[in-house]
Amino acid sequence: MDPITTSRRSFLGLVGGGALAAGLAACGTSGPQSSGSSTGGAAAGSGASYWFLTGQPQQAIREAQVKRFNDANPGTQIKHTEFQNDAFKQKIKTAIGAGQGPTLIWGWGGGGLKSYVDAGQVEDLTSWFGENAELKDSIFPSAFGAATVGGKIYAMPVETTTPIVLFYDKRSFEKVGAEPPKSWGDIMDLVPKFNDAGIAPFSLGGQSRWTSMMWLEFLFDRIGGAEVFQNIFDGKPNSWSDPSALKALEEMQKLIKANGFIKGFSSITADSNADQALLFTGKAAMMLHGAWTYGNMKASGGDFVTGGHLGYMNFPPVDGGKGDPSDTVGNPGQYLSISSKASQGEKDTAKKFLANNTLDDASVEAWVKSGNIPVVKSAKDKLSTVTDKSDSEWLNFVYDTSANAKNFAQSWDQALSPTQAETLLDNIAKLFQLSISPQQFADSMNAVIGK
Amino acid sequence: MTVPSAAPPVLPARARKALSGVGRSGPVAWMAIPALAIFVVFGIVPLFGVLFLSFTRWDGLGAIDPAGFANWRSVLSDPALPHTVWVTFEIMILSWAVQTPLSLLIGTFLAGRQRYRGFLAVLFFIPLLLSSAAIAITYKALLDPNFGLGAGLKVGLLTQDWLGRENLALGVVVFVVSWQFIPFHSLIYQGGVRQIPTSMYEAASIDGAGRIRQFFSITLPQLKYTIITSSTLMVVGSLTFFDLIFVLTAGGPGDATRVLALDMYKRGFQANLMGPASVIAVLLVLIGLALALLLRRLGGSTTASQQEGA
Repeated sequence: MDPITTSRRSFLGLVGGGALAAGLAACGTSGPQSSGSSTGGAAAGSGASYWFLTGQPQQAIREAQVKRFNDANPGTQIKHTEFQNDAFKQKIKTAIGAGQGPTLIWGWGGGGLKSYVDAGQVEDLTSWFGENAELKDSIFPSAFGAATVGGKIYAMPVETTTPIVLFYDKRSFEKVGAEPPKSWGDIMDLVPKFNDAGIAPFSLGGQSRWTSMMWLEFLFDRIGGAEVFQNIFDGKPNSWSDPSALKALEEMQKLIKANGFIKGFSSITADSNADQALLFTGKAAMMLHGAWTYGNMKASGGDFVTGGHLGYMNFPPVDGGKGDPSDTVGNPGQYLSISSKASQGEKDTAKKFLANNTLDDASVEAWVKSGNIPVVKSAKDKLSTVTDKSDSEWLNFVYDTSANAKNFAQSWDQALSPTQAETLLDNIAKLFQLSISPQQFADSMNAVIGK
Repeated sequence: MTVPSAAPPVLPARARKALSGVGRSGPVAWMAIPALAIFVVFGIVPLFGVLFLSFTRWDGLGAIDPAGFANWRSVLSDPALPHTVWVTFEIMILSWAVQTPLSLLIGTFLAGRQRYRGFLAVLFFIPLLLSSAAIAITYKALLDPNFGLGAGLKVGLLTQDWLGRENLALGVVVFVVSWQFIPFHSLIYQGGVRQIPTSMYEAASIDGAGRIRQFFSITLPQLKYTIITSSTLMVVGSLTFFDLIFVLTAGGPGDATRVLALDMYKRGFQANLMGPASVIAVLLVLIGLALALLLRRLGGSTTASQQEGA
């Protein structure tokens, strides 16, 4: 939930941009861009307001959704305001706290949504989904987890599902004559091979912290199964010092000590896309990263993607681990909530927008075209229309990973409360610096459970 | 702000003189009111707001609940706090120690009226025109261990993990801070040096004092108050270093460059703990005030002006 954390989402926005240009642009356009539709605030009475993020291709798709709604409903317009990612995060929280928030609240679900629910700021949509069962059934069931607080649904999953994927460079593997890893043991064996060849085994944007977190998410799952984090999430005391958790933390530090990550990883940020650049320039052989990085690697990586050099797989199992190898982690979706402080007219307009324009055929098609899997089952049908061979393979892989996952866990920093998430990210940075031991990590995390 | 106007009808001469002085400063005092009002609304009121919040539990969204001293206890007993305070002071002292001699020398140099110095002055002031965030992004790109200056030029010495090793990162922060603020302090010193009467230098030359002797015996003592002003700005200003460090290292690696201001932001706006963040803010205000007062004291008890007292 912190600005750096969210740069992962800003990646969604940066896809397609050159690394540096995107990084600079992200900093240059922090101001809100109020691009009211042609009718502007004229219909403010019964209309609704909607704040969302800038950054292509998502921005254009969101704008088109609003435009379609406004064209179809001349009487009830939606007025949208666009923000750069980090500005949005601060602004929306302050605005909602001050009762000035928009009708439609865009977000990442999980712990952030829960803090809105606890403050009574968002509308309970459970009964609305009951009335619109067809809409509910069209969405991936796994996407509802992060929208549900205390058994009630407070947000509609919209936009795309982005699991975390193990990317690798086929050229590097050919160079050292190795096969992609099939287990955690293989990964540890590959590390010296790549280091000897002068290629960093793994790229990592460690300064961003949530990048390192993705490793722990998978190791916890593969070693101890999905319930290890579930216990943490449920607030069970001392669940961070579960033996599987401690084992995962130890394995993590083993990989770091074996120089598994590129030199200087702790000063590399994901915002600059430097971690992706390390992979596609051949300086690093593998990278654990979100599915949203595919677009940028294709756009910025020369022939890396189009030439078929990019390989990808789900995170391999750990020998003797309890986790299901089909499990994945990441962002099951993005979420739209409705402000409980809005007027009835605004709420009705917002609901109509949710039902008709967020996951309609045109949206699904646009998402697929942009290289993403929208959170609806019908996405599968659209995949056959993708003509680009590498895109088609990629999209099928993402779809299968998401749809076949026995458990699709939400990123920890999203799932946990902002307070826990910040402590977690801090301790992850220290764990990766080897300045704290797994036990110390577990102790400081146990102290904030349930906060 | 106004001086009481209810004065006894008959006044001794001295008091009458004082009153006439008050009469003249009356309108001047009124003119300070807009500034005072703005200062109270945006400076003093938030200060008390923060003090109030430090005794409450608030996540920035919901209701504000009283929390007594819980926040103070949790922050003051936080094992990470001494480190954060230490880093703050480390950066403060190091950046002061780097900036003061350099800006003193540059300021003295620029005080000369030669034309080429005027030209150089313009160049020296360029960092002052850039925003901290832009500076941080630029340095971050230059110092990148894989794609930065060192890697690009293939110079081994420059290819360090500048922002990824604890001591190096701290050094880089001090360097960038100094790079950014030396121009500003040079400007202050330049003004100070130009205030020194040339007659003093002339007298010194006649007595046979060389350039270096003149610098230590005339320039430096004459700049006493300028040094105190500039040091106060540096020291108190360094408490608020946030943007630069936030973009450059985000407090990392680990918590090697996590200063109080950054700690406050992270607690308040990332961890949604406005109460503890307010405690840090109050601590920052107290430390800043204490330091400013201390430096004023160091400034000396002499009320005589610098020129006369020299």
